[in-house]
Amino acid sequence: MSRALLEIDGLTMRFGGLMAVDGLSFRVEHGAIHGLIGPNGAGKTTTFNLISGFYRPTGGAVRLRGEAITGLPMFEVARRGVVRTFQHATLFAEMTVLENALVGTHMRFRPSIFAALAGLDAGDRRAARARAEEALDFFGLLGLAQTRAADLPHGHQRALGMAVALAAGPDVMLLDEPFTGMNPEETRRMMGLMRKLQAAGVTLLLVEHDMQAIMGLCDRITCMSFGRLLAEGSPAEIRRHPAVIEAYLGTGGGHAA
Amino acid sequence: MRRALFWLALAAVLIALPQGLSLSQQEMLVFLTINILLVASYRLLTLTGEWSLAHVVIMGVGAYASALYAAHFAVPVPVSMLLGAATAAGVALLLSYPLFRMKGFYFLIGSFAAGEIIRLLWRRFREPFGGPRGLTRIEPMPSFDLGVWHFDFFLPASYYYLVLAVVAVSLWTLWRIEKSPVGLTFHAVHWQDSLAQAAGVNVRAWRTLAFVIASGFAGLCGALGAHYLGTANPQAFGVEQMVFVLTWAIVGGTATFHGPILGCIALTVLNDVVLRGLGLEQARPMAYGLVLILAVLFLPKGLEDLLARALRRLRGAGARTEPAP
Repeated sequence: MSRALLEIDGLTMRFGGLMAVDGLSFRVEHGAIHGLIGPNGAGKTTTFNLISGFYRPTGGAVRLRGEAITGLPMFEVARRGVVRTFQHATLFAEMTVLENALVGTHMRFRPSIFAALAGLDAGDRRAARARAEEALDFFGLLGLAQTRAADLPHGHQRALGMAVALAAGPDVMLLDEPFTGMNPEETRRMMGLMRKLQAAGVTLLLVEHDMQAIMGLCDRITCMSFGRLLAEGSPAEIRRHPAVIEAYLGTGGGHAA
Repeated sequence: MRRALFWLALAAVLIALPQGLSLSQQEMLVFLTINILLVASYRLLTLTGEWSLAHVVIMGVGAYASALYAAHFAVPVPVSMLLGAATAAGVALLLSYPLFRMKGFYFLIGSFAAGEIIRLLWRRFREPFGGPRGLTRIEPMPSFDLGVWHFDFFLPASYYYLVLAVVAVSLWTLWRIEKSPVGLTFHAVHWQDSLAQAAGVNVRAWRTLAFVIASGFAGLCGALGAHYLGTANPQAFGVEQMVFVLTWAIVGGTATFHGPILGCIALTVLNDVVLRGLGLEQARPMAYGLVLILAVLFLPKGLEDLLARALRRLRGAGARTEPAP
């Protein structure tokens, strides 16, 4: 078995008395589209926030290519190649589409005051712009480069969020509920974009409610419930898994932990 | 072409400006020019979304430091001014460690407390800060000859030219910073700090950077003022002055580079020309309060918005009067 690109090992997060994530372990293979699902309150988004460095876990480890990135601040996690997007359309709303993507190039072309004042950053500025435009083009947003991000329709805003992440040149992109609030047509288009990202060599880990989309898209799925791992496998396996069906439909009395 | 003409005309006006003015008006012009840099440097900090109440105290740090270097280490005044600015930036760097653990309102209050601590230190220590009365007989800028021109910096007109040159270079620097990728990163930190972090931006480091640069220029303002006035005392850098800076920024609007500058000029004219003309100088705080309330009520985007609308109308009118083919 190949070495996992991203390895979650016994990850635990406690908020006061609440165990939001309880000893969760799973592995994301290189080049995969990996789904993280579970009923509401299962701790998916918390897990996401732990991996991306938004929260510092109470216990356990996150390893990227075998190197621990647990508890690093978000920008350090990003610098190591794990870039996240946010639920809803979290963008630089007052900036243009191009400027949003330019912020994404921050890591590659770290702006410097001295270079800017001495006019020595012309090459960097050109290269950053080219990279930003490439990322916009990837998501079909290049024609809207000068539009204010807040004025974009919802589907385009989601795509722009991903374009900002792509401009950062990630190895792993974490997508937080990318299909929320989308109509079937937008969902279909978004799925196409994700396959295109996969083909471009980006590993994807996504948190999602939309079972339809996730079953059709993911290579592998991790299902969690009440902070714990419930099942893991291919979409077909997950679809048939009795514990998953029970967790989602609530058949029978108790809950299989 | 048009742009070059505009800048040439502006330069000509600024250079000719002191000629028609009385001595006291020339003096006002010196302080107005310094205040323009003060409020423009304040805007750089607000780009990252943080509003500090320590800016004027930091300006005072520049004033005290520059005066002390010139007095105790016999540093030439122009050099001591730059050292004063660097000291202000250094103090800001130190303050940033506790202050940037906070954001928004907490940062505002924290910065006020930090500023008051500095002012209390000036009061408390007669050596070297001079206690409540502050520093007096600060080394003046030495006069110098430039071929046909003789600059005696006791004269407000001469000092005005010095300040004008320093402020012009500083504003140009601030402008370059804002329009560069550095400025874009400041904006990013302001509008969505978590998204900026996800893109690999060390938000705290960038907030600190903006604070340190803004403070350096504030310190320069303080040094420029101190070597002209000859005095520096804790009262001159109190919260009342800080409220004036805030009022300039809010009345002018902080969305554009020129907004706070417009606010500063407009309110200085209101204060020094209108109120002084009417003999109502005592009413300054009341007038500022009134203007602030009126601006928030009727001009929430500031004077910059008024200017933009006027320019649009002017352009529209210009387009209409062009002869039809």
